[in-house]
Amino acid sequence: MTLERIQLEHVPANIRIYATLFRDVANADFLHSQLLARNPDFEYAFVDASSVISRFHLLSAVYAAVNALVTGSLRTPNVHSEIVVSLNVNNNIADAYRRWGIAPGKTKDLIVVKVVAAPEGAASTGTASSPARTAQEPDDEQQSLWTHLATHVQGTPSDLTDANLAPLTDWSKVRKYYRLNGVPALAGCKDGEEKRRQEEKLAVMGMALKGL
Amino acid sequence: MTAADKQFPPPPILTHPSASPPILVTQGAEGRLYKTTHLLPTLPCALKYRPPKPYRHPALDARLTRARISAEAKVLERCWREGVPVPAVHAMDAAAGWLAMEWIEGVPVRVAINAWLGDAEGEAAPTNEKQEEDLVDLMRRIGEAVGKLHKTGVVHGDLTTSNMMLRPRGSGTPANGEPEAATQDGRAKALEGEVVLIDFGLATQSMSDEDRAVDLYVLERAFASTHPRAERLFGAILDQYKTTFKKAPSVLAKLEDVRMRGRKRSMLG
Repeated sequence: MTLERIQLEHVPANIRIYATLFRDVANADFLHSQLLARNPDFEYAFVDASSVISRFHLLSAVYAAVNALVTGSLRTPNVHSEIVVSLNVNNNIADAYRRWGIAPGKTKDLIVVKVVAAPEGAASTGTASSPARTAQEPDDEQQSLWTHLATHVQGTPSDLTDANLAPLTDWSKVRKYYRLNGVPALAGCKDGEEKRRQEEKLAVMGMALKGL
Repeated sequence: MTAADKQFPPPPILTHPSASPPILVTQGAEGRLYKTTHLLPTLPCALKYRPPKPYRHPALDARLTRARISAEAKVLERCWREGVPVPAVHAMDAAAGWLAMEWIEGVPVRVAINAWLGDAEGEAAPTNEKQEEDLVDLMRRIGEAVGKLHKTGVVHGDLTTSNMMLRPRGSGTPANGEPEAATQDGRAKALEGEVVLIDFGLATQSMSDEDRAVDLYVLERAFASTHPRAERLFGAILDQYKTTFKKAPSVLAKLEDVRMRGRKRSMLG
């Protein structure tokens, strides 16, 4: 199982986040159609890995979406679509789906994120205890999510690591989406690793500002 | 710390679980700054929070808070893009009144300079020119940072040595071997590092010489009161400012006027 549970800082205890990566996905059309049909069994965030830079980049979007869920300021139908929209640098939702969402016929490598929000009461009773265990048995939940994904996504499951994500990034696309071409701050740095870090920061900043 | 926690309930965002508890770093009239973590327990961040003001109408309060958080984030992004050394923005929720920024390591320039001057006194020897060169070098780095800032069309609004951090040259940049440092290791190192401007809560986007001159004037006055013994070196900041920023001459001319009358513009006419 490559589906991992991700514990982010400052996320309420009743919210659980899972994510994984599928390489060489063959049935993007099918997955896309399930999203369009609003099939409740396919409430996942499907993110095209070619427009994602790193885990930090992805998790920034996940956090923004979860924060919108918690504060009740979602701009899209659910937290999963919100993740895709959070990756955008402006408020154009259709554009965000097109650029970062799953695209039939195009998406090859797919990041899947699932956010489960358990009912408030279950987790919030014990304030001092760690958020690990709740009434819903997260282990079962993780297993059943994984079973569902493994049967319906036709692709090679991979760990969602920076090492696995880096080679999938289509930089010409990313630079265009995040307006990274001709940025003075990047002009001075030649070093590849350092430049990549700077570009990542700029992308995350663009997402946080949302076209302000 | 517990007393402080009781006095100021943390913002809602910080009440959710995290690997290490947030630390209240400083508190100003408008906002509070916490050191906490963002996304991962290993990523430190500075979270600026503007709490709601109970004496304002809620609708007005929400609007002001949102506008001010967004304005600060916008200015930071603009500066960062242009290569001005400022903290990067990681996340924000303007409606909730918080802004999460990159945590800048190091100490405020004020602390570094005073520590350095304090050491000089301890040695009971007047600082000779060679030692002074370290301080002048820091002044140049300050002048360069401010010059870059003004070049992007941003004025800081509260330039003091407390609002500048001295970030140690980290893992990213290779340390260059310094032949002279060997003789007085500790003190020479005390002023090393990159000057990073922080706290853009009062910053505005402006291209006017007047605003820029006031920025420099505020720094000059702050310098005179926090580091009176280094005041005579202030010229080094202006010199470097001049070389970094092309339009500096007209700003410096304006600075003369500002010095004559003070920060506030005359209300005549």
